Amino acid sequence: MKILVTVKRVIDYNVKVRVKPDHSDVDLANVKMAMNPFCEIAVEEAVRLKEAGLATEILAVSVGPKACQEQIRTALALGADRGIHIETEDFPESLEVARLLAKVVEAERPELIITGKQSIDSDNNQTGQMLAALLDLPQGTFASALKLADGRVEVTREIDGGLQTLSLSLPAVVTTDLRLNEPRYASLPNIMKAKKKPLEVRTPAELGVQPRAHTRLLKVEAPAERKGGIKVASIDELVEKLKNEAKVI
Amino acid sequence: MPVGILGGLRRGSANPPYDYDNNKVFEEDRAMRESMEFDVVIVGAGPAGLSAACRLMQLAAEQERALEVCVVEKGSEVGAHILSGAVIEPRALDELFPDWKERGAPLNTPVSEDRLYLLKSAGQAIRLPDPLVPKTLHNQGNYVASLGNLVRWLGEQAEQLGVQIFPGFAAAEVLYREDGSVKGVATGDMGVAADGSRKDSFEPGIELHAKYTLFAEGCRGHLGQQLRRRFELERNADPQHYGLGIKELWDIDSARHQPGLVIHGSGWPLQGDASGGFFLYHAENNQVVVGLIVDLNYVNPWLSPFDEFQRMKHHPVLKHYLEGGKRVSYGARAIAKGGFNALPEMVFPGGLLIGCEAGTLNFAKIKGTHTAMKSGMLAAETVFEALVDGDEGGRALEAFDERFRASWLYEELYRSRNFGPALHRFGALGGGAFNFLEQSLFSGQLPITLRDRDEDHARLRPAADFSSIAYPKPDGLLSFDKLSSVFLSNTNHAENQPCHLVLKDAEVPVASNLPCYAEPAQRYCPAGVYEVSGDEREGWRFQVNAQNCLHCKTCDIKDPAQNIVWTTPEGGGGPNYPNM
Repeated sequence: MKILVTVKRVIDYNVKVRVKPDHSDVDLANVKMAMNPFCEIAVEEAVRLKEAGLATEILAVSVGPKACQEQIRTALALGADRGIHIETEDFPESLEVARLLAKVVEAERPELIITGKQSIDSDNNQTGQMLAALLDLPQGTFASALKLADGRVEVTREIDGGLQTLSLSLPAVVTTDLRLNEPRYASLPNIMKAKKKPLEVRTPAELGVQPRAHTRLLKVEAPAERKGGIKVASIDELVEKLKNEAKVI
Repeated sequence: MPVGILGGLRRGSANPPYDYDNNKVFEEDRAMRESMEFDVVIVGAGPAGLSAACRLMQLAAEQERALEVCVVEKGSEVGAHILSGAVIEPRALDELFPDWKERGAPLNTPVSEDRLYLLKSAGQAIRLPDPLVPKTLHNQGNYVASLGNLVRWLGEQAEQLGVQIFPGFAAAEVLYREDGSVKGVATGDMGVAADGSRKDSFEPGIELHAKYTLFAEGCRGHLGQQLRRRFELERNADPQHYGLGIKELWDIDSARHQPGLVIHGSGWPLQGDASGGFFLYHAENNQVVVGLIVDLNYVNPWLSPFDEFQRMKHHPVLKHYLEGGKRVSYGARAIAKGGFNALPEMVFPGGLLIGCEAGTLNFAKIKGTHTAMKSGMLAAETVFEALVDGDEGGRALEAFDERFRASWLYEELYRSRNFGPALHRFGALGGGAFNFLEQSLFSGQLPITLRDRDEDHARLRPAADFSSIAYPKPDGLLSFDKLSSVFLSNTNHAENQPCHLVLKDAEVPVASNLPCYAEPAQRYCPAGVYEVSGDEREGWRFQVNAQNCLHCKTCDIKDPAQNIVWTTPEGGGGPNYPNM
């Protein structure tokens, strides 16, 4: 069984995101980048399935500028077998990423596609669902547990008020939630071996997709800084302030 | 050397990882560890380590020889832990990559003007006329730059030349051959819980064996400290002297920005025996870097380098540029500034100390990048020559000393040998005058050598000898508190791991440091790692917030009892400095 996992290059979760002084975008100059944590969980899940003898090949795919190959190499060091990098100038929007991935899925015919539920930069939470829709495949989103058996995949989903368990026919798209697993560290010998694993570079044109922009970024603003609180002397003063200053009662 | 220190570090096996109870490397684990063989292993991807790596591969390419060179770096990426002013003299870079401009090295802002100030008080300053500025502090031909970004670029060059760089892996242990020579290093285990047990994600360390190992951890490297003791590398050197550099990066009003303007100064707010100097450099993109280096030989335990720096920014000379601006980043790092007289033996069987790990910084110029790079290049040439001759490794490469003595690096450090000791001995004014005469009129060639033999930690005097210092509250515009500062350094350590700041004796902070010195760790640490809580009745508690640690090493240096040992946390932990 072949598994396709997607990995996105995003700003590292330890980095305090900073807006450019001209508000045109987030400042990424010389900022530490890393694999999206939800994608790491996707890779880890695929590797565990392979280690359990349930999968034979793991393919890691990333869409974006050349530097994305770093994150594909990380996936290869964690246990993926080969990589495909779809090189674009910028990071295309979710729908375009889904269209590109759909082409790869059509060519590669994986039986399971695991993506992160969302990326921590744009937080769209769309690509997995769009990919499933474009390919007309069943989807199990926000997976907190995943079980392969009898040619089907059982996905436990975290939903409001509890857990929902779905049984999907394969091929299927699964998106990962935080509790699915705890990703491993890439070991040093595996990082070295990953440098020699195959990594294929494709262009959108080769895949017959011309990414389009559906939205335009107008302005990025940092959240307003929290002002320090004050101490009130009495309940009366509190009520007065809630009424007249905060205007909430 | 006091026996206690040696005893503390060498207890246990003959080949010790630092022996502390909650993170023992068990013998059976060590036997299980995988190993990898290289020609050269380099610890630390900074200017020295990467220059050595590049030079090795250049020589190998020239002579068409295969060479396996590996660099381990504890930061999450190359450059993540690099912090420096910096005004960079390109001399070593010119030699390493004569075409660095075409290769896109990020040195984009030539120094356009030098100014030197003596701050007299909170409001007054004297600007030194140019003719009185020591020659070593002239910066024509140098560049205002981010050393972090230069190092990122050096990392790319090294990888293109075929060097294997492994960021996120901390060298945690020195490995020795049976004959006692250095055999390589072992990376730290990953996925160890705070109680020493293994988490699901446990990944054992790897042994990296090499014919020669170059240690380039930077100032006060923790493996370097072990090597200094084991091979008695300091036997002919004066004690090392240190400064703590605290730095911030600011976006400022473009109308006040003058690319390439370099401002240095000293004086206020440091008082009495405390000395140091500030810098404010105008970089590109309407950014300035501002910082204060406080000499760690200060005697008053109430002094807080962090708070001195915060209040210093309110001085009109600095405020003029910072006002209305926005602080973008913050960080701190100790520097080794003892210079020539404090240089240890850099060679030992199986390896070398290079760069700030040895202490090649030229304090007269307040610059260490070009000297660190050059020391790495000289080491690379020495090692390569030995390997070409069929050397199987493990020797003490005495040829390095000859190469070093014949280099401009030696000459430069020799000329500046009196600069620091003069300031320590004669104070800022007298020492400054001496330095002007010596550096500008005699180019450092006077036949006298001033020594400075007191260790920095031993200089601290009891808290009772001084009244405590009341620092002004930060205003949130120019000055800030420690926690909001550390926040800007993007510092992170995996939460559940053993504390990497090791107390040799857990009782010392409360039992002796507190009554005698009012536990100075609370104040010298620029990241708020150390806290004392409690009261007289309930008892005092010493708390170590290791997750805040900026890896500056000040605690390892300044603790009066020399009771704190800085060890490497899990690889990838620590600050993530952008553009620092």
